[in-house]
Amino acid sequence: MADLNVAAIEKYRNNFLKEVEANVEEGEWVKMCMQCGVCSGSCPLGSAWDHPPQELFMMIRAGKREEVLTSDSMWMCTSCYNCVVRCPRGLPITHIMHGLASYALRLGLAPKNQPTRKFAVLFWENLVKTGRVNELKLGLNLYFMNGFIEGIKTALGMQKIGLGMWKTKRMSPMEFFGGHGCKDAKGLQAILKKAREIEDAKRQKFNS
Amino acid sequence: MAKKEYSFYPGCSSQKGASASNYQTSVDAMCDTLDIQLNEIPDWNCCSASIGYAEGGELPRIALTARNLALSEQANPGQDVVATCAACWLSTRESKDRLLEDSQLMKETNEALAQAGLKVQANQKIRHMVEVLIEDFGYDELGAKVTKPLEGIKIAGYVGCQTNRPFGIDGESFENPMYLDKLVETMGGEPLEAYDKKVQCCGGALAFSEPEKSQAMIKDIIESAYDHGAEMIVTPCPVCQMNTEVYQEHINKKYNTKFNMPVVYYSTLMSVAYGKGYKESGLDGQIIRAKKLEEISKR
Ligand code: SF4
Ligand code: SF4
Repeated sequence: MADLNVAAIEKYRNNFLKEVEANVEEGEWVKMCMQCGVCSGSCPLGSAWDHPPQELFMMIRAGKREEVLTSDSMWMCTSCYNCVVRCPRGLPITHIMHGLASYALRLGLAPKNQPTRKFAVLFWENLVKTGRVNELKLGLNLYFMNGFIEGIKTALGMQKIGLGMWKTKRMSPMEFFGGHGCKDAKGLQAILKKAREIEDAKRQKFNS
Repeated sequence: MAKKEYSFYPGCSSQKGASASNYQTSVDAMCDTLDIQLNEIPDWNCCSASIGYAEGGELPRIALTARNLALSEQANPGQDVVATCAACWLSTRESKDRLLEDSQLMKETNEALAQAGLKVQANQKIRHMVEVLIEDFGYDELGAKVTKPLEGIKIAGYVGCQTNRPFGIDGESFENPMYLDKLVETMGGEPLEAYDKKVQCCGGALAFSEPEKSQAMIKDIIESAYDHGAEMIVTPCPVCQMNTEVYQEHINKKYNTKFNMPVVYYSTLMSVAYGKGYKESGLDGQIIRAKKLEEISKR
């Protein structure tokens, strides 16, 4: 990870915009932003963003690599698509936020204790195992992602909700022992592995 | 009327013992009345919703959806893909659009799918169940099947984000979509005149990772429904439903409110109005019981 980061710094030196264009999903759109600020007023968790989308785009162009990639801001994106339907330039802002977060994670720069970062990784790992999300295990992992004691506290806080879900048959303890999944989970994993290889190889090409 | 058939993508939350299993129950009941046949995509997988992106990246995420489309093309050729979950619909439709517009991406995706002997064309339509109702039936036809109108119930149509933006339903505005209100009216209920949190975000997946911030938004969504006289909330989305229903007790504790607002799916309303029973309509899946609907279903 760290060497990926070093390699990227070497390669792009002073051109962070170029780095974003080559490595971040929909990154080639960033230069189209006209800084009107409409998107920044659209985020539901806006008050929690240190740098709203418009500012992130400005910082990318100004080469503020470290500040952008270590930022907690894009992890606050709820995927509400308010920005996308409002942007006069038609930027796929939601995906750029996802792309920035994902790229920062790959480089090892994403803030370590960011809760959505942890949840997102758990979610992906959970679904890859069987091809379908196991809500019970995901929930348990989520409660315990900050350590055992914290987990017990969270789980106790959530106990009533769990009980309500269980009583209405919207949660099943049986899920803990396997549960739903794809029959061809192996095939799915092979597809994902190949897709990851292709994506990595493409980045390598851009980066060399 | 001939039976209408669709290739069905149910999604993880709709499975037995999962958080939106009651949604599926009511969809089945509604489809029974409307003579809709849902052909489940065999061995479908998760779409990774709007949260898998961080670890999944771009191509693996698109390949996930492409596998579903490929399986659909094999088993249900020529049929539109229909999803009931907002996130499933959105990610499937987005990936399909991307595949069609980018031949390189299509090539790479098929390279990955070949690992499991699959191939995708992605030329089918991807639709939300609500679109099927509005476009293939229409409000008049949907209304003609009502046997137990939901008379005198005031219902807040909470549309939320992803069954609205970025694609929109029936060409309606993003700021004030009317389709849920129209469905409520069609079933004999009373939509709210004004509901200012109709398209407010509930936090989505961040309700798990940022509970405090999300619950502050959920509070506003429920409060506004109360302020406008609603007796229940209706939504088209499993994430919205879950978020607005299950955290009400937490919110009551934190904000000293007395929320006890049932949150149902459009398909719950429709099943009840179509004369289906308590269980068939998924009413036994309400953590906050929808008593007014229970009364009607027992009549
Ligand atoms: S709304 Fe679009 S053009 Fe305006 S600042 Fe945001 S991204 Fe840039
Ligand atoms: S989708 Fe993300 S970036 Fe866009 S308005 Fe919503 S929270 Fe902000």
